[in-house]
Amino acid sequence: MVNMIIDGKNVAATEGTMLLEAIRGAGISVPTLCAHESVSRSGACRLCVVEIKKGNRTRIVTSCLYGVEEGLVVNTKSDRVQNVRRLVMELLLARCPESGLLQKMAQEMGIAPQLRFALDTDKGTCILCRSCVRVCEEVVGVSAIGLFARGSHKTVGTPFMEQSEACIGCGACAYVCPTDHIVMTSTGDKRKIWGRTFKMQACSKCGKFFAPVDQLKFISKKTGTSFEELSVCTECR
Amino acid sequence: MKKISNPQALRQLQETLKKDFDPNKKLVTICAGTGCRGYGCIKVKEELETEIKKQGLDVEVRATGCFGFCEKGPLVVIHPEKIFYQQVKEKDVADIVSKTVASGEVLEKLLYRDPDTQQTVLKEEEVPFYKKQLRLVFGQNGMIDPTRIEDYLIIGGYSALAKTLSEFTPEGVISEVKKAGLRGRGGGGFAAGVKWEGSRRAHGEPKYVIANGDEGDPGAYMDRSLMEGNPHSILEGMIIGAYAIGASEGYIYVRNEYPLAVLHLTMAIAAAKEAGLLGKNILGTDFSFDIHINKGGGAFVCGESSALFASIEGRAGEPRAKYIHAVEKGLWDKPTVLNNVETWANVPLIITRGADWYASIGTEGSKGTKIFSLVGKINNTGLIEVPMGMTLREIIYDMGGGIPNGRKFKAVQTGGPSGGCIPESLLDLPVDFDKLYEVGSMMGSGGMIVMDDKSCMVDVAKYFLAFLQEESCGKCVPCREGVRRMREILEDICAGKGKEGDVELLEHLSTGVADGSLCALGGSAPNPVLSTIKYFRQEYDAHIREHRCPAGVCKALITYSIDPEKCTGCTLCSRVCPVQAITGEKKQAHTINNDLCTRCGACIESCKFDAILVK
Amino acid sequence: MKKTGNYSAKTREIVKKHGGEKSALIAVLQDIQEAFNYLPKQALKTAASAMNLPLSRVYEVATFYTAFSLKPRGEHVVKICMGTACHVRGASSIQDKFERTLGIKPGETSADGKFSLETVNCVGACALGPVVVINTEYHGQVTMAKVDKIVGKINKEGAQS
Repeated sequence: MVNMIIDGKNVAATEGTMLLEAIRGAGISVPTLCAHESVSRSGACRLCVVEIKKGNRTRIVTSCLYGVEEGLVVNTKSDRVQNVRRLVMELLLARCPESGLLQKMAQEMGIAPQLRFALDTDKGTCILCRSCVRVCEEVVGVSAIGLFARGSHKTVGTPFMEQSEACIGCGACAYVCPTDHIVMTSTGDKRKIWGRTFKMQACSKCGKFFAPVDQLKFISKKTGTSFEELSVCTECR
Repeated sequence: MKKISNPQALRQLQETLKKDFDPNKKLVTICAGTGCRGYGCIKVKEELETEIKKQGLDVEVRATGCFGFCEKGPLVVIHPEKIFYQQVKEKDVADIVSKTVASGEVLEKLLYRDPDTQQTVLKEEEVPFYKKQLRLVFGQNGMIDPTRIEDYLIIGGYSALAKTLSEFTPEGVISEVKKAGLRGRGGGGFAAGVKWEGSRRAHGEPKYVIANGDEGDPGAYMDRSLMEGNPHSILEGMIIGAYAIGASEGYIYVRNEYPLAVLHLTMAIAAAKEAGLLGKNILGTDFSFDIHINKGGGAFVCGESSALFASIEGRAGEPRAKYIHAVEKGLWDKPTVLNNVETWANVPLIITRGADWYASIGTEGSKGTKIFSLVGKINNTGLIEVPMGMTLREIIYDMGGGIPNGRKFKAVQTGGPSGGCIPESLLDLPVDFDKLYEVGSMMGSGGMIVMDDKSCMVDVAKYFLAFLQEESCGKCVPCREGVRRMREILEDICAGKGKEGDVELLEHLSTGVADGSLCALGGSAPNPVLSTIKYFRQEYDAHIREHRCPAGVCKALITYSIDPEKCTGCTLCSRVCPVQAITGEKKQAHTINNDLCTRCGACIESCKFDAILVK
Repeated sequence: MKKTGNYSAKTREIVKKHGGEKSALIAVLQDIQEAFNYLPKQALKTAASAMNLPLSRVYEVATFYTAFSLKPRGEHVVKICMGTACHVRGASSIQDKFERTLGIKPGETSADGKFSLETVNCVGACALGPVVVINTEYHGQVTMAKVDKIVGKINKEGAQS
């Protein structure tokens, strides 16, 4: 265990864990948008910043990526921290004015939109948190989507913005998306995502359409389980 | 070249090469740096060779690296007298060969002429541009053909490596570099020896050394000139560094825009390998080290170490949060030392002449020399190398020859997009890492862009933010979105749509962007804005409150008119105007219709009578 | 127009030259661009499968670095330097002038396929500013009047050959 002082409280944390967990473990709330539990962390949203003090030096770090350290003094509510969080929220609100999640978070944090910024109309509710890209690569293992271009032109999508052959229609990306930017629609035996329509498999027992055929084929190939065996929905299994 | 089997054999080879090289023999060197190439030096070189042959002379014409005085290129020096000719054209070649080369007669018209005294200057070192320089790293450029390893060996090249392998332990090298006080020339100015030590101590194999030649700061080209002009000095520094750290592999990351640098480095690596100075069992010892070249893809953010590693690993150059240092986990998560090419080129000097000598040059906290590119609105553009601590005034006026066309100095921009603009009141500032930082700028890689009273500082700030918005990798919110929003506000100000409070908002956004960004690109992105607000606030106010651009740059805030006193009615302006906004009879004063005028500047460029007024 | 098969064969050759190493992706793309003057879609798909990389990774790299072009480029690529030294010496007027003269914006190619216009964030030839690089040739101290001459010369050469 390592001992730290967080917002004036003595906190013990397990070695090798991140500050974010230690802070939340101490009952202090920290806003995050990109730290999804099922994917690796990137430090992209910067909402989880805290101010740390080592010796006489203080600095701002992202708590989701900074490992706990013996003797560390952490301030989660300093002016500098609040200032960064406010800026991030103002910037995201201007980028995605339609996002309900952002509006709710801003309200909880007491942050109003910065009126000097012109509102974007072309970004949807995508905040580029990268959770979708990471889940597709790290959990699903198909890397059907990626982050393209750079700077303010950065976008998430399929290569060439075309229907992806690699995509299996599993919908994990839509599931992890915090702002519901990724649209997945299911009607009858069809599911549509990233511009491609997938044929759904009906459960061999209850007849419910429960997963895309391509996804089951992919799992079958990966695990060696037969397609027939996989053609039973989780409820009937 | 035959493999050199041990340090002693290297010394012998150097002696032999020196014997064959008669310093009193006629030799013509011609600068083949980028600037001089742009002025057509390759044709001049070919012409020199043809003419020498035609006149039956036996004289070598050597295309060398950059001499630095780009303003006056193409540059030619006739040895052994060291007669310095500037702005040499193909038509001058016949005279140069028949008179100067054949019989030592000096051609007055090709000599440098002091603009104040009108006196001609015979030798390079007497030209004011060179007089105060201390060209330790850069000076050899003008003597060697960068494609021949022999030329580098004659001037003592690879002696430092031989000395390292025969006299120093790896720890000894590190302590020498630490004692010398060498700081990284690429931007941050981090102590090189400390980095090396960290990497030597770190666990993990293999270890890497990398030379950063991705010179991204706009306005800086010293690394290009070093890579093109003296590639072996960089290799030698890297090999010594690799020995000190215990690295077995090295990379040179070169900008895609520098094909000649890639070519010369590739040739240098091949030659060094053949000579046994690189590769397996260097100089017969059990130390082995190899160097690869990686070409960048055009991304400024790759100057950031973790982005550069990602790029070498074949991925998009996005930085990672650096809570574990690169010296421990860098390229492929292995201990890595990354230094800029100029830093590496300083290393052989420290080993050869000793840390005490090196540390005697420069200031308290910044040792040695620094190469600067002196560009923009300055008379003598070019590359200069001076001891740390020289004042901006000496650099800009004594070497740079001041501001052209009798205009007034306004600011000098240092440190690239991470740096700032320094005003006239600070011209006596001694230039070193710490002093530049104190005034809100940075050393960066050494670009110095001089601006006169016709440069708008709000426009300059806008320019840098536009640059950074384009170069931001787009990963973190403060940099991707924040820099964009700051730029939008600056665009508004330049378009006359600035609002009261915009300056304060920019300052406020700056703090958040600097504190919140993931890497140093975003972390330092507000500097050009903050420094221009700090020193040139009145220009921001003029734009916002009076809708006026004092420098006459921001198109939405200026109007063109024609001074009837000066206009001769030559009609040239009306012919070049792309929108037919200028009318008037021949030999009568013309007028500009401001409803049509797009302020493109074509009329100003064409007018020989200075009759176009900008308000 | 080159055939798809052509792109694939050449791309496979390039990948092989780099030993199929995943880390060589940028070098592979540089070579593909050198061969075809841009990055054809088919070549990227071939490179991805030959290097055993997801297409998304390849597309990420191809769109991240500005040296790469996903659109065919003209016979002559005009690169206007946007470095600071060139900027203070009037590079933006030179850019405007090229846009007017060629009738295209940066990133575009003229209808006849003759010219592409690009901007570069400093070409490292600051002493010559404003600088324009056409193909591999540097043009220094460019003025608006010089732009007409440069373009005129290229058009004339093209007409003769």
